[in-house]
Amino acid sequence: MTRKEPRILVYGYGNPGRQDDGAGVLLAEKLEQWLQERNLEQVNTDFNYQLNLEDAAGIAEYDLVIFADASRDNVESFRMEPLVASDKVEFTMHAVSPAFILHLAREVLNKEPEAYLLHIRGYEWEFMEGMTGRANKNMTLALQFIQDFLLRYVDNWKRS
Amino acid sequence: MGQKITIEPVTRVEGHGKVTIHLDNEGNIEQTRLHIVEFRGFERFVQGRPYWEMPVLVQRLCGICPVSHHLAAAKAMDVIVGAGTGNDLTPTGEKMRRLMHYGQMFQSHSLHFFHLASPDLLFGIDSDPLKRNIIHVALQNRDLAVQGVMMRKYGQEVIKATAGKKIHGTGAIPGGINKHLTEEERDYLLQGDDYMNVDKMISWSQDALEFFKAYHKKNKGIIDEFAEFPSSFLSLVRKDGALDLYHGVLRAVNKDGQKILHDIDYQEYDKYIDEEVRSWSYMKFPYLKEIGKTNGWYSVGPLARMNTAEFIDTPLAQKEFELFKKYNGGKPSCKPMHSHWARLIEILHSAEKIKQLLLDPDLMEGELVTHGEKLLEGVGLIEAPRGTLFHHYKIGEDDMITMANLIVSTTNNNQPMNEAVKQVATRVMTGRKEITEGMMNAVEVAIRAYDPCLSCATHALGQMPLEFELYDAGNRLMERKLKG
Repeated sequence: MTRKEPRILVYGYGNPGRQDDGAGVLLAEKLEQWLQERNLEQVNTDFNYQLNLEDAAGIAEYDLVIFADASRDNVESFRMEPLVASDKVEFTMHAVSPAFILHLAREVLNKEPEAYLLHIRGYEWEFMEGMTGRANKNMTLALQFIQDFLLRYVDNWKRS
Repeated sequence: MGQKITIEPVTRVEGHGKVTIHLDNEGNIEQTRLHIVEFRGFERFVQGRPYWEMPVLVQRLCGICPVSHHLAAAKAMDVIVGAGTGNDLTPTGEKMRRLMHYGQMFQSHSLHFFHLASPDLLFGIDSDPLKRNIIHVALQNRDLAVQGVMMRKYGQEVIKATAGKKIHGTGAIPGGINKHLTEEERDYLLQGDDYMNVDKMISWSQDALEFFKAYHKKNKGIIDEFAEFPSSFLSLVRKDGALDLYHGVLRAVNKDGQKILHDIDYQEYDKYIDEEVRSWSYMKFPYLKEIGKTNGWYSVGPLARMNTAEFIDTPLAQKEFELFKKYNGGKPSCKPMHSHWARLIEILHSAEKIKQLLLDPDLMEGELVTHGEKLLEGVGLIEAPRGTLFHHYKIGEDDMITMANLIVSTTNNNQPMNEAVKQVATRVMTGRKEITEGMMNAVEVAIRAYDPCLSCATHALGQMPLEFELYDAGNRLMERKLKG
């Protein structure tokens, strides 16, 4: 009997028209090119301006989900951490947090993929295209990290 | 001692808003204001860019209703490329755009009802704020929560099929559209499995309406009396008076239903509408010039559309429209909470329209673009989910944008939201010495009825707590609370 391949989603969100806010989207776009070159069919990418309710239905189809977003937090350049489901409501309810999406998938659709949140440090957020040089460097480092992570994850799965 | 209470930002409202309520020494309401921190830089941002970029570029204005900006800009660019003012697109061009727009309306209204309004209706506005979200809706009414998620998803699928992708969609271009609907896309939206089909969406839209009507029957006080105030209303309507969310003439009616703006061509909107600047808000206050700054303000959005339209051209929504009209004695409803009712009628109408369009062969074949003689100025209007959205551009001989003026739906509703805050604050806070969570949320519920979207899209993690501030008569900060 053939083992079912793991399904992995890397989901970047943010507004590329607001400078460094687009870091997550740019990472997802660049990762997509790399995935096609490597022929890693287990991994899909998606991106949007912000997360919303229907994303719960989207992530419910995967075993592993990595959300990538620009961050104002004082992280060195990027940081990835396990995502814990939460029903905590943020100020703006037109957009919701990845933790809320994970919680929603669990409560409404009975699905809870393993999930991580990748913070990419950003610095400027004005209406302007193009990221700052520093944020672009952070995004490149984060991209390399994610590529290694995905290769290891798929390799470990094949060995297990 | 007089008090100034600040609620900042307003929860579950997009962008950044602040409510200040000034009480006098006796605890009576002295003054209320909704202050908006709106980002106006976008109009400058687009200057110097080629006109054909606008339909794509303006989507970056807002992560919530990018399709509305996409289509309003495309309609303005239709004028500039000589493709007429809305009635001269090819059948395929107009119908594909309409399908995209109804998809946007369907998903946006669904978000508002299931995610923002239903928690208040299920749990009450005095309930624990931590429970007022869709996850707790799911714990109490799982079907309702599932419908909310899947209706959002369906609307997004319609947008993806017509705009090409979820973000930076390129479907609408100056003079038309850049793709047909494929047979595969049509069949998926018509007959998809696992809830993803249009008949299920129509059925769920009816269920949502029944849910609301049952609530209304038991809670007439909240729905009929909460924050009621007299208002005029403005929207596009089709030339024959039908509800039309994509195109039409501009009509305004007063609280008695009499026309005060007589079905004008919106290319001339600036002859009839002006915007007032007030020192305490970044957001302007639009008004009808003929009536003047003081009384010329108007409301836009779903409730305004029910009040200006004479009928709806889809059968199920028309039945609901008739019930709505009958309930209000044939007059405009000036009850902000009826916006939820109106929004649900529009969800049903959009679902019916999506079905009609999916069955139309023009979507799958035919000319995509109309060409004509270039002009240097164009105005595009659309009924966005939150109300009438104005895009006005001028270009130079070099095809670059030289002027942009955007009046977004929330700006049109600036004065009505201020009126609603005043009504609620006066009713629930007068004479009270203690400001409760429920009372503050009542103010927010009144604002949320307008579903405001106050410039948005930057959302770097953790930057938007809910903030409360309490000041004394000397404007000294007495108390500050953070939530979220």
